[in-house]
Amino acid sequence: MSTSPRLLVEPGRVVLSGCWTLAEMLPQLPDLEAKLVACAGHNDWDLSAISRLDSAAAVLLWRTWGARWPGGLVAADLHRQVLERVAELPLEIAEQARPRRRFPEMVGALLLKAVGNLRGMIALFGQLLLDVAYLVRHPQDVPWKEFTANVYKAGAQALAVTALVGFLIGVTISYLSALQLKSFGADLFIVNILGISIIRELGPVLVAVLVAGRSGSAMTAQIGVMRVTEEIDVLSTMGISRTIRVVLPKIFGLTVAMPLLVLWTSAVALFGGMLAALLQLDLSFAYFVDNLPRAVPVANLVIGLSKGVVFGFVIAIVACHFGLHVKPNTESLSASTTSAVVTAITTVILFDAIFAVFTRNIGVP
Amino acid sequence: MKSSPVIELNGVGVGFGGKAVHHDLSLRVEEGQIVGLLGGSGSGKTTLLREILGLLQPDAGTVRLFGIDLNEPDVDRQRNLRRRLGMLFQQGALFSALSVFDNIAFPLRELRCLDADWIRRLVHLKLAMVGLEPAHGKLMPAELSGGMVKRVALARALALEPELLLLDEPTAGLDPDRSQNFVELVGSLQRELGLTVVMVTHDLNTLAGLATHVAVLADQRIIAFGPKAEVMTVDHPFVTGFFGADRRKLL
Repeated sequence: MSTSPRLLVEPGRVVLSGCWTLAEMLPQLPDLEAKLVACAGHNDWDLSAISRLDSAAAVLLWRTWGARWPGGLVAADLHRQVLERVAELPLEIAEQARPRRRFPEMVGALLLKAVGNLRGMIALFGQLLLDVAYLVRHPQDVPWKEFTANVYKAGAQALAVTALVGFLIGVTISYLSALQLKSFGADLFIVNILGISIIRELGPVLVAVLVAGRSGSAMTAQIGVMRVTEEIDVLSTMGISRTIRVVLPKIFGLTVAMPLLVLWTSAVALFGGMLAALLQLDLSFAYFVDNLPRAVPVANLVIGLSKGVVFGFVIAIVACHFGLHVKPNTESLSASTTSAVVTAITTVILFDAIFAVFTRNIGVP
Repeated sequence: MKSSPVIELNGVGVGFGGKAVHHDLSLRVEEGQIVGLLGGSGSGKTTLLREILGLLQPDAGTVRLFGIDLNEPDVDRQRNLRRRLGMLFQQGALFSALSVFDNIAFPLRELRCLDADWIRRLVHLKLAMVGLEPAHGKLMPAELSGGMVKRVALARALALEPELLLLDEPTAGLDPDRSQNFVELVGSLQRELGLTVVMVTHDLNTLAGLATHVAVLADQRIIAFGPKAEVMTVDHPFVTGFFGADRRKLL
C-alpha cells in the first residue's frame, strides 16, 4: 500500500486515501492543492481510507471546504477529532499587528532612549560615589583582587595590540608629514608635529577607540550574560553589592590602566615616527630626543594623560551601564554591546572636543 | 512489509575525556511506543537523547532512525529525517529574540511551502493544543513562566507534525496539576497522531500516566527494556531503589 496522500474523484464524491501528513504532502504540495481547489464544490467526502491525518492536512481540508462541514463527510472518529480541533479555531485569525512607527515617533523614541541612558549613567555615577564613600569607611571590603584582575585584563593584555597600532600610525604620520615638510625645507619641524599631535591628541584617542572595542565590549557582554543567567541576582541574594563587586573594579581598573596605556602607545608611536624620520629625512634619534622637550612643553603630556584617565572612566561607565540594562534575550545582548561601543567612542570624541576647547591656551609653545 | 523500528541503537559507545558514558548500548523502539527512559543523575540520559538526535556522534556503534543511519551522507535525506522528529529540550530552548508565535511558526516557515494563512492557523492550533490563548502568541519568551515555556516548546516541537517526539524532563518544574495536564495532552496527541515518544523523566506520575514501555539506563547501558510491569520486577539495585515502595502504584 502506498503511503503518499492520494485524491480520487468518483462520481458524486471525493475519496482521499493514504497518509495525509505534512511530511508526505510536501513533495507534491502544489499538485494536491490544485486538485483540492478543483474539488471544492463537492459535498460528499470520503476520508475513511486515510491512514493518518495530521493537523496541517486538516487545516488544508478545512480551508478547501470553506470553513464549513461538508454535508456528506465519512471519516474515522480519530480523524474527525483532528478536524474538529481545526473547526474550533476562530474563523478569522487576526494577523499579528506589528506597530508601524512614523518618523517623528522614531526620533522621539530615540531621544527618550538617549535621555534614559544619560540618566542611567548619572545614576550609576552617583551609585559609584556612594560605594566609594562606603569603601572609605569599610576598607576591608575593597575588592582588590577584582580591581587588579581588571587592570591586568584591560591594561597588560592590551599592550601588544596598542603598540602595533601606535607604531604603524606613528610611521604613517611621520612619513606623510615628512613629504610635505621636505618641500618647504622645514624638515626639523617634524619633531614638533609628531610630538604635539601624538602626545596630546592621537595617543589618547587611538587608545580610547581600541580599548572601547576591546575592553568596553567585553565588559558589557560579561555583565549582560551575568544578568541573563541571573548571576547578578545571585550576588544580591548573598548580600554582596553588585556595584562594588562587579562594576566598581571594572571602572577603576580601566581608569587606572588607560593613562598607562596612553603613555605606552604614545611612546611607541613616537618611536615609529622617529624611525620613519630617520629613513625619510635622515634625522638622527639623538636630535629627535634632544629636541622633543623643547618642542613639546610638558603640559601636553599632562593633558594627554588626563585625557587617558577621563576616557578610561567614560568607556567603563558606558560599558557597565549598558551591561546592566541587557534584557534576558540574545537580541538585547548584541544590541547593548553594539550601543556600548558606539556610545563609548562617540562620548570619548565629545570629551576630546571639550578638552580641546578648555586647554586651547595651555601647552602650545 | 515489516516496517523498520523507529529508533535502533546498536552497540553505541561514547565517552567524555576518557570517561565512558555509554558502552555497548543497544535499544530498539517500535512505532507507537511511549518509552520512559530512567536512570540516575549523570547516567547519560540526556547524552542518549542527543545521540538519537544526531547532535552527538557516538564513538562506536550505529544509530538508525526510521531505518536510516544518522551518518547518511545525503543532505536531503538527513534533512527529511530531522523533520520527522521533534524535541522538547529541558530548558525549553525557545529562540529568545522571537515571540511565541514566531517561535512556533519558525520551523513551518522554513519549509517555504506554506502560505501565511495556513501557518497562522497551524500556529494557533498548536497553541490551543497545549492550552495557550492566541493572545499569548505576542509574548516574548522572557515574559513567560516556566510552565508556559515548556508548553510553547512542546508546541514548537509539534509544529512539523513529527512522528517521533523526544522529551527531556517534560514535567520537571511544573506543578502536579499542570504536569497531569501535560501527561494527558501528550497521551491524547499520541493516540491521535500515532506518535512514538521517548521521554526522560524522574517523575513517577508522569511515567505511570504515560509510558507504555520503560528503559532503564545504568552501568553505561540499557539494563532493562520492556513493558512497564515487566521492568519493575527486574532485580537491579537501581530499579528496586527507584521504584521502591511505589512499585504497586505504578501498576
